[in-house]
Amino acid sequence: MSCISIKLPGLDLKNPIMPASGCFGFGREFAKLYDLNVLGAIMIKATTAEPRFGNPTPRVAETNAGMLNAIGLQNPGLEKVMSEELPFLADYNVPIIANVAGSLIEDYVKVAKEISAAPNVHALELNISCPNVKTGGIAFGTDPAVAFEVTKAVKEVSEVPVYVKLSPNVANISEIAVAIEKAGADGLTMINTLLGMRIDLKTGRPILANGTGGLSGPAIKPVAIRMIHEVSQKVSIPIIGMGGVQSAEDVLEYIFAGASAVAVGTANFVDPFVCPTIIEELPYKMHELGFEDISECIGRSWKQHAKIAYSRA
Amino acid sequence: MKKAWMTIISQTNIARNIYEMTLEGELVDLMSSPGQFVHIRVTEGLDTLLRRPISISCIDKENRQCKITYRAEGKGTMLLAMKQPGDKLDVLGPLGNGFTVEELQRGDHALIVGGGIGVPPLLELTKQLNRRGVSTTHVLGFQSKEDVFYKNDFAYFGDTYVATVDGTYGTEGFVTNVLEEIQPPFMTLFACGPTPMLGALENLFPDKNVYLSLEERMGCGIGACFACVCHLQNDPEGYSYKKVCTDGPVFRAGEVVL
Repeated sequence: MSCISIKLPGLDLKNPIMPASGCFGFGREFAKLYDLNVLGAIMIKATTAEPRFGNPTPRVAETNAGMLNAIGLQNPGLEKVMSEELPFLADYNVPIIANVAGSLIEDYVKVAKEISAAPNVHALELNISCPNVKTGGIAFGTDPAVAFEVTKAVKEVSEVPVYVKLSPNVANISEIAVAIEKAGADGLTMINTLLGMRIDLKTGRPILANGTGGLSGPAIKPVAIRMIHEVSQKVSIPIIGMGGVQSAEDVLEYIFAGASAVAVGTANFVDPFVCPTIIEELPYKMHELGFEDISECIGRSWKQHAKIAYSRA
Repeated sequence: MKKAWMTIISQTNIARNIYEMTLEGELVDLMSSPGQFVHIRVTEGLDTLLRRPISISCIDKENRQCKITYRAEGKGTMLLAMKQPGDKLDVLGPLGNGFTVEELQRGDHALIVGGGIGVPPLLELTKQLNRRGVSTTHVLGFQSKEDVFYKNDFAYFGDTYVATVDGTYGTEGFVTNVLEEIQPPFMTLFACGPTPMLGALENLFPDKNVYLSLEERMGCGIGACFACVCHLQNDPEGYSYKKVCTDGPVFRAGEVVL
C-alpha cells in the first residue's frame, strides 16, 4: 500500500493528517472516542500568555457548506497548558504543534519561548491570523512588515521549528508568505478562516454576538486551494494546508496544490471520527490514483504543468 | 458516548412545528439520565453541515428505542422533519449531563417546569421520578393553544398545568403566573426552557433546590470547540467557565450566569 509518512521541519509524521487548532481542544474530548496515536500530529488550541474567556455567545453560526465562529481564542493560559494539557498529551506518541497567540509581540515571544521547551511540543504554529480578537491576531498577519517582525522575534527564542498561519483576508497572500519566509519561518500553515457575517432575519442583527466571525468548512476549500497553489510556487518552505478538508480526496487536492500535510478543522464537529477515517482511506485513494509515496503528490498541480502566473493588475 | 446509525421507527407531528421521532438502535443502551441529548447529522451533504442537538424525551431500553422531540424551525430541523420511518440517522450520543434523580426518594415531591421546546426532556424526567416513588407537579408554558404538546403525557404522572402567552389554553401568561396561582409545595424544582424563564425561576425560589437545563448554540457537542461556554455566577467576568454541552446542559440554579 502507498506510503503516507512524511518528514517536515520538526515533524516526523506517520501520516499527513492532523486536527487543526481550535477544532480539537487539547485532545481530551477526542481521546474518549479514539486512540489519538493514529494521528499524524495534533495542532492544539491557541495558547496565550494569560487565560482568555473569549467572546460572548452565540459564538457559532451555520452557513451554506460551512460555519462561522467567533470563539475569541478562549484558553486556560500558558501556565495551565504547560502544567495540565501538554502532560496529558505526553501519554500519546503524537507530535504536538502548539498554536501561539498574543496581543503584543512580547506576548508571542513569551509563549513561544516557554511552550517550545515542552518535551512533546515539536513545532509552533504562530497564530497571526485569527479574525476574532480585537488586538493581535489578524493585525499581525495582514502587514508583511509586521508579520516579518513577529516571526523573526519568535524564531529567535523558539526551541522548535516555527510554522506561521496565514490569513486569507489579505489582498496579496504571497507577499505576506515571502516576508514570513525571509524572517526565518520553517513552514506555513494556511489558511485561517475568512472573515464573514450572518444576519438573523427575526432580529435584524448579526447572529454572532461578536458581529463577525471566521468562515470555515467546505465553503472555503477553493479559496484555500488557490492560495496554496499560489504560495507554494513562491516559497521554498513547506505548507500545511487546511480549510474544509473532509475526505482523502480533499487531502490529495491540497497536496496536489502544494501542501505537504493537511489539517482537518470543522469536519471534526460534523464527524468526530473524520481524522482516523481519512487516515485509513488515504493510502487506498493514492494507490487508486497510482501514487506510491505521498511526496510524489506534493505540488503536482503545478510541477507537471506550466506554472500559473499570479499577476495582478 | 458513541456514534451510531439509528433507524427511524416513527415520525409524528404532535403540535405546530413540533415533531416526535422514535429511533431504534444500540445507542439506547447508553442512555440513562433524563436531560441528556443526542447530536444528529440530518444530511450527509454539505447543507446543512453541522449536527443538531436534540433532546431525548423518552428512553425505552427494553425495546432499544428512544423518542426525540424537536421544533422544525430552521433548515436542519426541517430536513429532519422530512425523514421517513425506515430511514437511518447518524446519531452521536448520549451527550451532556442530565438531571440527577437519585437525590430524591420515595415520598418526596418535585416541581417540573417546562417552556416550549424545553418541555420534551422533562417527560423522561417525570417518568423516572415517578418510578422512584417521587410525586410530581408539572407546569408547562407555550405561546398558544396550537403549540401545546405532551399535556396528557405529563398528566398521567401528576397534576399538570398549562400556561399560554395569548391565553388560548390554560392560564394566560407565563409559567410564573401559574406558579403564583397554585403555590405548589416541593423540595426540588427541575426546569428546561427559554433562558428568561429559567432566570425568573431562579429568582422566584432562591432557597430551594433548583436544577435548570440550558440551551446554547453548539459546534461539536462534545466539549472541544468552546462555542457553548458560559460564565459562573461567582466569577461573572473572570476566566472560569462551564461548557453547556459537557458540564451541562443541566446546572444547579446559581451556578452559571443565565
